[in-house]
Amino acid sequence: MSEALDTIEEFVQSDYKYGWVSNIETETFPPGLNEDVVRLISAKKEEPEFLLEWRLKAFRHWQKMAEPKWANVKYPPVDFQSVSYYAAPKKKKQLNSLDEVDPELRETFKKLGISLDEQKRLTGVAVDAVIDSVSVATTFRKELHKHGIIFCSFSEAVKEHPELIRKHLGSVVPITDNYYAALNSAVFSDGSFCYIPKGVRCPMELSTYFRINAENTGQFERTLIVAEEGSYVSYLEGCTAPMRDENQLHAAVVEIVADTDAQVKYSTVQNWYPGDKNGKGGIYNFVTKRGICKGDRAKISWTQVETGSAITWKYPSCILKGDDSVGEFYSVALTNNYQQADTGTKMVHLGKNTRSTIISKGISAGRGQNSYRGQVKIGKGATNARNFSQCDSLLIGDRCGAHTFPYIDVQNTSGQVEHEASTSKVGEDQIFYLNQRGIETQDAVNMIVNGFCKEVFRELPMEFAVEAQKLLGVSLEGSVG
Amino acid sequence: MSKQLIEIKNLSANINGKEILKGINLTVNEGEVHAIMGPNGSGKSTLGYVLAGREGYEVTGGEILYRGKDLVEMAPEERAREGLFLAFQYPVEIPGVNNTYFLRAAYNEQRKHRGEEEMDAVDFLAVVREKMKLLELPDAMMKRSVNEGFSGGEKKRNEIFQMAVLDPKLSILDETDSGLDIDALKIVATGVNRLKSPTNASIVITHYQRLLNYIVPDYVHVLFDGRIIKSGGKELALQLEEKGYDWITGKETVAAR
Ligand SMILES: Nc1ncnc2c1ncn2[C@@H]1O[C@H](COP(=O)(O)OP(=O)(O)OP(=O)(O)O)[C@@H](O)[C@H]1O
Ligand SMILES: [Mg+2]
Repeated sequence: MSEALDTIEEFVQSDYKYGWVSNIETETFPPGLNEDVVRLISAKKEEPEFLLEWRLKAFRHWQKMAEPKWANVKYPPVDFQSVSYYAAPKKKKQLNSLDEVDPELRETFKKLGISLDEQKRLTGVAVDAVIDSVSVATTFRKELHKHGIIFCSFSEAVKEHPELIRKHLGSVVPITDNYYAALNSAVFSDGSFCYIPKGVRCPMELSTYFRINAENTGQFERTLIVAEEGSYVSYLEGCTAPMRDENQLHAAVVEIVADTDAQVKYSTVQNWYPGDKNGKGGIYNFVTKRGICKGDRAKISWTQVETGSAITWKYPSCILKGDDSVGEFYSVALTNNYQQADTGTKMVHLGKNTRSTIISKGISAGRGQNSYRGQVKIGKGATNARNFSQCDSLLIGDRCGAHTFPYIDVQNTSGQVEHEASTSKVGEDQIFYLNQRGIETQDAVNMIVNGFCKEVFRELPMEFAVEAQKLLGVSLEGSVG
Repeated sequence: MSKQLIEIKNLSANINGKEILKGINLTVNEGEVHAIMGPNGSGKSTLGYVLAGREGYEVTGGEILYRGKDLVEMAPEERAREGLFLAFQYPVEIPGVNNTYFLRAAYNEQRKHRGEEEMDAVDFLAVVREKMKLLELPDAMMKRSVNEGFSGGEKKRNEIFQMAVLDPKLSILDETDSGLDIDALKIVATGVNRLKSPTNASIVITHYQRLLNYIVPDYVHVLFDGRIIKSGGKELALQLEEKGYDWITGKETVAAR
């Protein structure tokens, strides 16, 4: 039996295919963080006074906070003074059209399979390309503009729609929310902004593609999505980073506001550099994502496929304020080699007849540690609220771990909360069965893992699902001989 | 004289250091059906696994020539691609993996191995449909996950269905009849008989002579304590049914063919 396990273990040796570095001229701040750095970031971005004040308030609050220690992850303390808080590709001049994007940048995204060329983009996905936390290009803007949809970089939104930013920024994740969110609020450099007006169904998928390139810099993007009454949008997020021996910090914030009858579907394929097979390097991914169903019958759905990062600390959540509003969380988290993930969701039921669904699939291989942490809270006023949670763990080999931490807090007796959990192993008998049908071991493991994730993958937009499946395959490469 | 498909010579094998197969001799030619019978724990499934190359089943002596090649040297998936098929006594479930998807992957592995182009989903569906009729399988079964929640009998039928699609040279059916009701047994046997050709062969492991009424063997072998202790024609199965194993187990080893 141990022989069989060894072979499975060997399979867990992957090559990260996005590990190259682009030669892009970058403007970077020296490492260190103080009020002056915060002011400098704001000045660089020519921000209005209100935003600088907001940043400073966040910074002062952050200084008083302590790094959270409750997550089931272990890493040496982060030295926040050794990080550079601003890096941006140097722009020669103001861009008038996408054609003027630096060819090196264009090449970078092409290598990642992201075309900034609208003509070549047949699939109808609008892309906001963010490199080192600065948005470099957004496609299909004119087309979207016709529908009154705003899809642009966060910095541009600050300049062109300050009233919208002022109204919604921090309305879902306040600066005081948590350590990393406070830090992000103080130093965020860019990100995406998306606004869908009343009654509009966004005609294409919107996506932001994040790429870390610069060395020794922290990544702090901010995404804000506002869906007005009766609107609909499906939003995709992808990310990669070069292979580096040092750990890099990534602390993003995503806020979603869904008004009455609005629906927002947010899908992530997170593939930050996970570190090498001995656990050296990799991204520390400390992310706060939260949406609020502000109006009745609003719906927010999070789907995430987390395969990258050395450490993942992430809990995309929903506040179900409107009556009959719906929150969903579908997650696949894979930890291989020395990766650690502590991820899950929070569903806060406040309105009547609110419903939430949580499907979490954790896969651990190598020495990976995978924790599901979820909270379902049913408030006093949430009459007839319902939740269904299912947390499944799949183990590959016997040196990895899977953990679940479900918290349930029901304050209204009419609430119904259901929780199911399971742990299974990729069995030697399953692999042999597939071998016996001509399928080699690596493909067999991929097939078994993909089968395990099926309920989540089917929530992803079609082409993303295909990408996610391939990505899982790559991440598991070498995990059985 | 038909061509030799597999030749097993003095094969011995261990599981976890314990000797289970203790010198098996068996030759199967194209066009033949061999039945292997024998009491529980005698090593029948072990023989199937050794032929299929399961990890942990260590060949400690003898040799196996399959289509002229040294079988022991081949990886399990290679053996499969070379047309060796094992219908499992206990087929495993693979949750979430669609039956058709899985089978097409297996089918295309064989095609690739033969240097042929992979078949797309549409063309493959036509192949599947035809074989489903042969085995009277309901459509719904192909939409489900591999063996997940299948009844015992359904799992066995799914094995034969896979065999029908993959069209192997040598099939080893490990107690495919157990768990089948009488109608299913007939369907499966009819399927197996229709798939029979002058260029393929099968080894049918069973406890019951009943199956051999439908799949008529050319040879019957009795496996006992890791050895083939008696071989004969189809009438041997009838004798076993009547008298049990005791009348031969005491006797000396009779080499198979
Ligand atoms: N993993 C294992 N470790 C140790 N012994 C094993 C293992 N697997 C099988 N055996 C032993 O090998 C012997 C042969 O088993 P096998 O399954 O081949 O028998 P069989 O003839 O197929 O029996 P049945 O008619 O019950 O299916 C048995 O004594 C069994 O206990
Ligand atoms: Mg058996």
